Amino acid sequence: MYKILKKKVLNPTVTLMEIDAPLIAKKAEPGQFIILRVDQQGERIPLTVADFDREAGTVTIIFQIVGATTKLLNSKNEGDYINDFVGPLGVASHTDGLKKVAVVGGGVGCAIAYPIAKKLHSLGAEVHSIVGFRNKDLVILEDEFNAVSDKLVMMTDDGSYGEKGLVTNALKTLIDSGENYDEVITIGPLIMMKFVCKLTKEYNLKTVVSMNPIMIDGTGMCGGCRLSVGGKTKFACVDGPDFDGHEVDFDEAMERGSMYKEFEHHAYESTCNLLNKEVK
Amino acid sequence: MPNMSPKKNEMPTQEPNVRNKNFLEVTLGYTEEQAIDEAQRCLNCKHKPCISGCPVQIHIPDFISQVAQGNFEKAYDIISVSSSLPAVCGRVCPQESQCEQKCVRGIKGEPVGIGRLERFVADRHNQQKDAEIAVPTPNGHKVAVIGSGPSGLTCAGDLAKKGYDVTVFEALHLAGGVLVYGIPEFRLPKAIVQKEIDTLKKLGVKVETNMVIGKILSIDELMEDGFEAVFVGSGAGLPRFMGIPGENLKGVYSANEFLTRVNLMKSYKDNSTTPIEHAKRVAVVGGGNVAMDAARCAKRLGAEEVYIVYRRSEEELPARAEEVEHAKEEGIIFKLLTNPVEILPDENRLVGSMKCVEMELGEPDESGRRRPVVKAGSEFELDVDCVIMSIGTSPNPLIKSTTKGLDTQKWGGIIANDDGLTSRVGVYAGGDAVTGAATVILAMGAGKTAAAAMDEYIQSK
Ligand SMILES: Cc1cc2nc3c(=O)[nH]c(=O)nc-3n(C[C@H](O)[C@H](O)[C@H](O)COP(=O)(O)OP(=O)(O)OC[C@H]3O[C@@H](n4cnc5c(N)ncnc54)[C@H](O)[C@@H]3O)c2cc1C
Ligand SMILES: Cc1cc2nc3c(=O)[nH]c(=O)nc-3n(C[C@H](O)[C@H](O)[C@H](O)COP(=O)(O)OP(=O)(O)OC[C@H]3O[C@@H](n4cnc5c(N)ncnc54)[C@H](O)[C@@H]3O)c2cc1C
Ligand code: SF4
Ligand code: SF4
Ligand code: FES
Repeated sequence: MYKILKKKVLNPTVTLMEIDAPLIAKKAEPGQFIILRVDQQGERIPLTVADFDREAGTVTIIFQIVGATTKLLNSKNEGDYINDFVGPLGVASHTDGLKKVAVVGGGVGCAIAYPIAKKLHSLGAEVHSIVGFRNKDLVILEDEFNAVSDKLVMMTDDGSYGEKGLVTNALKTLIDSGENYDEVITIGPLIMMKFVCKLTKEYNLKTVVSMNPIMIDGTGMCGGCRLSVGGKTKFACVDGPDFDGHEVDFDEAMERGSMYKEFEHHAYESTCNLLNKEVK
Repeated sequence: MPNMSPKKNEMPTQEPNVRNKNFLEVTLGYTEEQAIDEAQRCLNCKHKPCISGCPVQIHIPDFISQVAQGNFEKAYDIISVSSSLPAVCGRVCPQESQCEQKCVRGIKGEPVGIGRLERFVADRHNQQKDAEIAVPTPNGHKVAVIGSGPSGLTCAGDLAKKGYDVTVFEALHLAGGVLVYGIPEFRLPKAIVQKEIDTLKKLGVKVETNMVIGKILSIDELMEDGFEAVFVGSGAGLPRFMGIPGENLKGVYSANEFLTRVNLMKSYKDNSTTPIEHAKRVAVVGGGNVAMDAARCAKRLGAEEVYIVYRRSEEELPARAEEVEHAKEEGIIFKLLTNPVEILPDENRLVGSMKCVEMELGEPDESGRRRPVVKAGSEFELDVDCVIMSIGTSPNPLIKSTTKGLDTQKWGGIIANDDGLTSRVGVYAGGDAVTGAATVILAMGAGKTAAAAMDEYIQSK
């Protein structure tokens, strides 16, 4: 059992939790993830290690409430326990030798991008962060990004905060204005990453994406998380989650991501009903 | 006077058309009378050929003669000398190619039902109120076991009985290895596995789940932490795919994913939040135990048609004979001498059908089995909406990639000598991690051998 030490609502659909997990905190690196199970009947879901404190022995997760499990998790409070919490899984993001990097995050993907930006900053790299949200109410981690970025560009789809438009527009403007990046790191919805890669391909600019396929074990045992990368089958949980964005077959990944849509909708509804009942 | 019936006592089973809709155990086990009657078929042969067929050399005629006399606990004690998982092995051993293959009664008729008797004895023992377990006197030495499959559980049990302070580290949230995530409830009830684990805990073994060794702690760190020897029983869980077009379509699973969803995550139960596809027409590619389990699970989840697609003939099917027979009774359709070449999508990019070719058997290959070759012009499409790939697994690469100086075979198997010792001092290994996918009894035997060697190593330090 793993204790929730802190809970903070970042926006109406995104929550931050600090979990007491000293062994994981000791080993975790940016880019890695954990898998948790809220209770005994629960599904195993992966979440990125958004931050960690080796001294305090805590691991931070930031999650968006999208379905049954994340909703159930969000119903837990400080002092409650999570049944299972396993990690750190996956390969840490590659940060060595990078001098100037554009970090492009979209929505809750910013939670995954933030620890990488932070690490690059601490290694002395110049970090330009471009973060995009649908609207002002959904903005998360602005102060955190500010603290670790040499330049921060805030974008919203509807222009209610920062600049109006997509992260790809902002990235293109920066590149065209002569910013020379060693690498672009992008994390967000598949469709966003696909278009970032399409853009950077035109500039022949190395781009790393963090993939988030459906996972179960996270140890390379089920193959459920497989992707086509450069025409080869890779398991995101052990070979990734970071991959060369120009090699990833995004269309296939988007198809596979929708595998359990119907079931999930059903599970989500029944969890809502269950929680509603509890409230009443 | 021995019972000279040429046939084994039949195993009581659930009706095929009932059981293929539930996850309860298929075989119900012998009654006392049936067990005694079956035991009386044993001739108590002087040269005991059956024993040589058992990988852990259970004293078969001795335990069977106790069953014949109704001394079931005595029979249990005899089995216990050689095996720590009789309730499991009696159910899942491929007896027809092991102990029972060597039985003299098999020459003219059916061999003695050794596996069924072993199961009877173990179940009978397990029904009794638990005897007080005497906690062994600690000997002050600490050892670690990685993986909680049959090899790890056996190694842990043997060392705990000698007084070692044993910690088992398991990557998943539940201990048991393939016995819990792979083999389905209807073939091996999970309560049996749980009982084994509970017994270990009573012996003082610590079982730490959610611990992926190589990630959270390395073998080197374990040794720095004071574990004097480590046993690696991490299994062979990495699924292989065929590399044919369409294999990443929605609706194509590895058998491991499918079985994990069903068995470990209990997705067949209404209260589970883990989803599973309830397909109508399922093709399972492969012919081993894993393929049979996947096919029979798919049927139980409500599929109308389930095919086993296997490129060799019935004779070469690697699955246990009993499982093949049960699968057929349950309505699984066998497409033998058939090999998939492509999986085609439907208009929603889900699996729509599987293109196959027919095969014929040619000259024997390296494995001594006749090599299947494609029959020219035999291409056809099998109408399916789900494909489960069950063509084998390789050892999990995580331990190898995070342990310096641990030698492995090209295909990933950890190299270990007859005692289970690897290329690293104090590090032992056994089970599927060493041999590649094999059997429960071999994994158990390897755990036992390694435990003895680890004890000797630590005591002579
Ligand atoms: C390596 C990795 C890191 C991730 N990090 C984060 C993170 O830091 N913050 C965050 O909010 N989300 C993250 N995700 C996504 C997160 O795992 C899903 O949002 C979560 O599983 C949804 O579960 P649910 O039951 O609430 O929703 P569901 O109703 O089950 O599903 C909603 C959506 O989540 C996807 N999903 C469902 N089950 C899984 C699963 N087992 N594995 C992966 N995706 C799934 C579905 O395709 C669907 O699009 C990450 C995913 C991966 C693979
Ligand atoms: C579906 C199926 C059906 C089968 N049917 C039969 C049958 O009928 N008869 C038979 O004899 N055999 C059968 N087998 C084969 C048999 O189950 C295996 O040979 C046996 O379980 C191997 O035991 P093991 O201890 O080596 O490993 P496993 O049982 O594979 O256990 C390994 C354990 O180690 C854990 N692990 C892996 N890596 C790590 C790590 N880095 N850190 C911590 N833990 C780790 C895994 O999660 C797993 O729990 C079947 C196998 C399958 C998959
Ligand atoms: S352990 Fe397996 S091989 Fe040995 S006697 Fe029992 S069933 Fe036969
Ligand atoms: S070979 Fe068969 S009949 Fe002979 S002792 Fe063994 S089990 Fe009994
Ligand atoms: S999650 Fe099972 S192999 Fe990656």
